[in-house]
Amino acid sequence: MSALPAGAATVPMWMVAELTYRCPLHCAFCSNPVDFAKVQNELTTAEWLRVLGEARALGAVQLGLTGGEPLSRPDLEQIVAEAHRLGFYTNLITSGVGLNQTRMRALKDAGLDHVQLSFQDSTRELNDFLSSTRTFELKRRVATLIKDHGFPMVMNCVIHRLNIDHVDKIIDLALEIGAEYLELANTQFYGWADLNRAQLLPTRQQLAHSEAVVSAYRLRIGNRLKILHVISDLYETRPKRCMNGWGTTFMVIAPDGLVMPCHAARMLPGLNLPSVRDASLRDIWLDSPAFNRFRGDQWMPEPCRSCPEKARDLGGCRCQAFLLTGDIGATDPVCDKSPQHATVLEIVNAPLAPKAAIERPLLFRTPENSRQLLADALPP
Amino acid sequence: MDNVAPLVRAAYPRIAPLYRFQWEAAQNAYVLLFPEGMVQLNVAAGEILRRCDGKRSADEIIADLRAQFQSDAIDDDVVAFLRSATGDGWVEWRDAVTP
Repeated sequence: MSALPAGAATVPMWMVAELTYRCPLHCAFCSNPVDFAKVQNELTTAEWLRVLGEARALGAVQLGLTGGEPLSRPDLEQIVAEAHRLGFYTNLITSGVGLNQTRMRALKDAGLDHVQLSFQDSTRELNDFLSSTRTFELKRRVATLIKDHGFPMVMNCVIHRLNIDHVDKIIDLALEIGAEYLELANTQFYGWADLNRAQLLPTRQQLAHSEAVVSAYRLRIGNRLKILHVISDLYETRPKRCMNGWGTTFMVIAPDGLVMPCHAARMLPGLNLPSVRDASLRDIWLDSPAFNRFRGDQWMPEPCRSCPEKARDLGGCRCQAFLLTGDIGATDPVCDKSPQHATVLEIVNAPLAPKAAIERPLLFRTPENSRQLLADALPP
Repeated sequence: MDNVAPLVRAAYPRIAPLYRFQWEAAQNAYVLLFPEGMVQLNVAAGEILRRCDGKRSADEIIADLRAQFQSDAIDDDVVAFLRSATGDGWVEWRDAVTP
């Protein structure tokens, strides 16, 4: 085995396969890259099957099948069957669109272990507005289908300014559809969510209220539903680790085969992400400059380098550092020791009149908007 | 809580359907897999859960472990682990009162 820098784990236990950027939903908080429309050359079925084998040989065991909408791939069942044969625990992360009785049965037969179903809100109006689709009733039917086939179900709802005051109703919905877990994932501001940050970032008061609601529900419902409440670290004074440590646990494979240390790494400049079309996953994980770039602590600038807490947060999130400071190697400015911490305070303390959130329209994640953003970014 | 132990020991524990238990060579450990999560088990936990197949009672599992580890002092540890695993939802029971 090649030598790894100190602090790096050797087993990428979690692999996320973004099978496609195609998606029937157009959610304004999507973490996909804003220029997804330029990605056309998706990996073939044969390429995905090879990649699964290589990942399993490296020790990957949890497999997230996502996108875009993974059901947009007609070979999803084949991919699940191979993953199951290899011993992966397979998680389908879906909007539910395209999940009919036939495909549900076929996925069960292929050995799928679990389905995570997204809702955008507890109400039809907001669910359909945020995703720019009419899908609320369909999602409820899909939830029944998932339970009828005996799958454990995680209901996922991305939380932001426009739905955070409905957290109680969202928990009620999860209880009603029989989910085992509810993921209340406060928006992480990458990709489309970053473009819409001003409209989506909740106020501190909203956040505190939602935390109190979740705590009260947890006491009342006990183990019937496990609520995972993920809160953006923008409100903290110490950053979160990037994916449990850059290149220690996770790898994400994009639809065109680029291998990334996290979902958002595609936008980081100068990383030169490796592709499964050019190298084996083993070589990529162990030896690629991109995966070694932020392993260990040799890369760290001050104030991280001499910080007694550096082993705890590992300098924080590289994507957040880039988006807020323009430097992918900077200390995550969430840390109040960062010289750029004021940029975070400005964001979270910015007063936003309720009307402003409505007057400025959300930019939905559509191929048309993606192409327009690409065109705007080109020099004239 | 001590008076619960005899009830546990006559019953048949098995891995709850929400979980998958398997050996992971890359981690040199047994693991429990569940939606988007994993618990890496230490040797003792792995050896106990490996035997929770719904066909052996807790008593039989303890006897088996005593023989394998050549120790008579493990009963309390096994019962305590099974209780905590039940509380975590990893293990469910057949044909008897649950702890």
